[in-house]
Amino acid sequence: MRRVFAATLMVSCAAIGYEILLMRLLSIVQWHHFAYMIISLALLGYGASGTAIALSRHWIVEHFELAFALSASLFSVSMVASFIAGQLVPFNALEIVWNPRQFLYLAAIYLIFFVPFFFAASCIGIAFTCRCNHSNRIYFFDLCGAGAGAMLVLGALFVLMPPHTLLLLATLAMAGAIVMSGRRWLAAIQSILLLGLLIGLPADWLGLRLSAYKGLSETMQIIDARALNVYSSPLGLLTVVESPTVPFRHAPGLSFATRFVPPEQLAVFTDGDAMSVISRVDGDVAQLGYLGDVTAALPYSLLSSPRVLVLGAGGGSDVLLALFHGAAQVDAVELNPQMNALVGVEYADFAGRLYDDPRISVFSHEARGFVAQSEGGYDLIHIGLLDSFAVAGSGVQGLNESYLYTVEALSEYLGKLSDGGILSITRWLRLPPRDSLKLAATVIDAMRTSGVNDPEQRLAVIRSWNTSTLIAKNGRLSDAEIARLVQFADARSFDTAYFPGIQLDDANRFNIIPDPWLHEGIVALLGANAEDFKRDYRFYIEPATDSRPYFFHLFKWGSLPQLMSLGRQGAAGLVDWGYLVLVATVVQAAIIGFLMILLPLLKSNRRGPSLTGRRGGTYFFLLGLAFLFVEMAFIQKFTLFLSHPLYSVAVVLSGFLVFAGIGSVVSGRWRTAATEGSRRAVIGIVSIALLYILILPLVFQFFMGWPDPAKIAMSLALIAPLAFFMGVPFPLGLQAARDVAPEFVPWAWGINGFASVLSASLATLLAVELGFSGVVLLALLLYVAATRFFPAPARSRSGVD
Amino acid sequence: MLVLPLLLVAAPVLPQDHAAERAAMVEEVKRYATRARDKDTKFDGRVLDALDAVERHRFVPANQVAFAYENRPLPIGHSQTISQPYIVALMTDLIRPTPDDVVLEIGTGSGYQAAILASVVEHVYSIEIIEALADAASARLRRLGYTNVTTRLGDGYYGWQEQGPYDAIVVTAAASHVPPPLIAQLKPGGRMVIPVGGRFATQQLLLIEKTPDDGIVTRQIAAVRFVPLTGRH
Repeated sequence: MRRVFAATLMVSCAAIGYEILLMRLLSIVQWHHFAYMIISLALLGYGASGTAIALSRHWIVEHFELAFALSASLFSVSMVASFIAGQLVPFNALEIVWNPRQFLYLAAIYLIFFVPFFFAASCIGIAFTCRCNHSNRIYFFDLCGAGAGAMLVLGALFVLMPPHTLLLLATLAMAGAIVMSGRRWLAAIQSILLLGLLIGLPADWLGLRLSAYKGLSETMQIIDARALNVYSSPLGLLTVVESPTVPFRHAPGLSFATRFVPPEQLAVFTDGDAMSVISRVDGDVAQLGYLGDVTAALPYSLLSSPRVLVLGAGGGSDVLLALFHGAAQVDAVELNPQMNALVGVEYADFAGRLYDDPRISVFSHEARGFVAQSEGGYDLIHIGLLDSFAVAGSGVQGLNESYLYTVEALSEYLGKLSDGGILSITRWLRLPPRDSLKLAATVIDAMRTSGVNDPEQRLAVIRSWNTSTLIAKNGRLSDAEIARLVQFADARSFDTAYFPGIQLDDANRFNIIPDPWLHEGIVALLGANAEDFKRDYRFYIEPATDSRPYFFHLFKWGSLPQLMSLGRQGAAGLVDWGYLVLVATVVQAAIIGFLMILLPLLKSNRRGPSLTGRRGGTYFFLLGLAFLFVEMAFIQKFTLFLSHPLYSVAVVLSGFLVFAGIGSVVSGRWRTAATEGSRRAVIGIVSIALLYILILPLVFQFFMGWPDPAKIAMSLALIAPLAFFMGVPFPLGLQAARDVAPEFVPWAWGINGFASVLSASLATLLAVELGFSGVVLLALLLYVAATRFFPAPARSRSGVD
Repeated sequence: MLVLPLLLVAAPVLPQDHAAERAAMVEEVKRYATRARDKDTKFDGRVLDALDAVERHRFVPANQVAFAYENRPLPIGHSQTISQPYIVALMTDLIRPTPDDVVLEIGTGSGYQAAILASVVEHVYSIEIIEALADAASARLRRLGYTNVTTRLGDGYYGWQEQGPYDAIVVTAAASHVPPPLIAQLKPGGRMVIPVGGRFATQQLLLIEKTPDDGIVTRQIAAVRFVPLTGRH
């Protein structure tokens, strides 16, 4: 059995590693919001393999080792092959507005990446089927492998490029295959296949083919543009690009009236997009005159020698902005340490040794965590503009969690300001205004939450043709300050969208829009009928919160009919397609899941699931939904604590799998009846989850400033008890089903797998609508409901079907 | 009886000028303009004539020819697109072209916008930053007989000072800011248009007008008549 355990461990490790790596790869070549599709299709692989095994059970039982070895070999080969094939599909998320074929391409990607998961899951399923007496231990090794895989891939991404990490995982899977081959000729073939993967593939087949419309792809088309360096980490793939012939000149919101041109710059792309720049500084920052003529310079017109906190320092542009305006001290916070190293070490000379300036302190830290542990007293907290205009405009970010712009976050920032200090946030301006209004709504909410009852006296917003800068003061804006900011805007042909005492005539003078929407919106948000305004507005501008951290989610179902009826007239471009793509993936998951998991079972067994029947089916369906609801909600919630979605996915996924695995092993030894065991487990799940809904925000707040390894350990400790109990109901149900009706076992797997596939994508949609607590509460209801459908023991069998 | 099969065989290789599709596209652009902007919106007749005359299918890659007369942007390779015909018409209309005008275009792309402009003004100067596109567009415009278009490979940020100042400037790719040198090369009373938004999104246009006293006023021309602040759903 040792060989089986070892091979299971290796395959499982490679499978979860592949799942996480695929999220990275798709974030790089496409955009982040496809990440959750990966979880759904991994689960589809597991569900469909259950069905395939059920249908070929006799052959598999007779050829256990061969079947396992073949599946593992195919897993290894297909994970590389599907990556290559997936990149050939001409999917372009941005074109969805015009081209319905893109949905077919999306489905093609879904099916291509499903294949390796199918084979990985087949290995585990085969082991379960053929060695069912050891199922608890197989489950244990399966889940331990999964936990190890998540950690392995995170570590590997620090030292290897993503395509090489892929080869590492393929090697691991093939090693599992070789362990199980049992025949020399098979081992020889497997070794040759592995060698072929490692050294036989043309290098460019494994190259990352970014969407042609990501910033990096576009930049690389420019004459003489070349990538100087590429750095990999789980936090993102950084590409440094120089363009000597056609300089970058990145200066969002630069005034038309300026006399200055930005200096030479190097661009740094994160995952092929989100361009940040490192500007050449030759000694004197004062030469960078253009920095005085951008909208983001507004707060400096009101401050003298401020102590500044820059959140999201990127390539250092906003740090330069602070120094240019005579900041006395700048704390520059950037999540990605490699980005800081670029400015501070690698290109330090180019950047004029910017980070050596004694006034500057650089921190590699997540913004919220830094602010939480900071003593505060800042005269200015500045949040830079790090996403690209094209991406902001396309709505593809709609479902990205962002804990930077929630009510709780902004309350924290406001709380760290000195008396008279200013919070300043610059955003790209999209018309009609959406995120800029949502930001205003969020800031106003945060002020009110912090006990401020006169936000209308503390707020000012200006706009250029493509950016808006909002400032919120810790105190009332004085008449003199208002005069200064109006003068700042006038001199640079920026329009004022709001300041205390603004008149309609002040709001639309230089950059004339059909109506002064931003001004009217902010006035409405500050007024008595703000709630009505938000409800009636065509975009979703309710403030984002830590429970629903979807700042970029602006889609409203209520507006869809009108937008679609205007679709061919251009309004389709105003729809947040990220949201509708997610809806499409849920529908797609349901259809493909049904076709690949349930339909084959139905075909093979025309009488349908027998004996434990509908009762057992409902039990496993509800468990599948509930488990993934909790898991997905926790991934979303822990993104705040662990600073990055990928860390959260890896830690939460592996935590749930490992501790649920331990739960399953332990439950196998319980002496209580299975029904009772399942009931107790659900009581445990409900109690712990309810407790977490209450205490997690406080726990996160308290430990936010801890170093990453400690936070990961803390996260695992939090997940452990909940996951332990969540691991119990499924194997107990399976055991009961096996005792009652062995032929129902594949159905149990299939139905549970189908529910999981559905749940993984549905959970994100529900999180957008209901928030973290809502999704978890719904999952608890499902768990409680499931206990009523525990697979019937023998005495009640006849009454079930 | 032999004639019919021969015709059937010959038909696909006959040159197609797509005149009917083009006329339909012009009608669609006119309809689109009245619905998207204002029911009274009418493009200059010369702009519509140009749209009807310029063969858009000659400006798109072979695999996009079937969609050439749909009112939408299309990929043309090298991370670029050919703009939506409505946007091309709107941009051309917004600069109020006259036959004597000299116009600068930043971003030749496929050359389609330059061809439309060339049909309504005296001369078009066009700069493209991507070498492959610049070469292809230059050859294409020459082949199609647009003798009043001069193209060159280069960085559009500094404009084309030797040929300026210009009556109008058309920028077909939005940067993080509007290049100050371009504003400098605009004649007093001149107009500059820049599309704003993602390449595949419905774009809005920024119209920059230089007043006779060298002041600058910009107008954001919403591509869609969408009133977000009134009424309920």
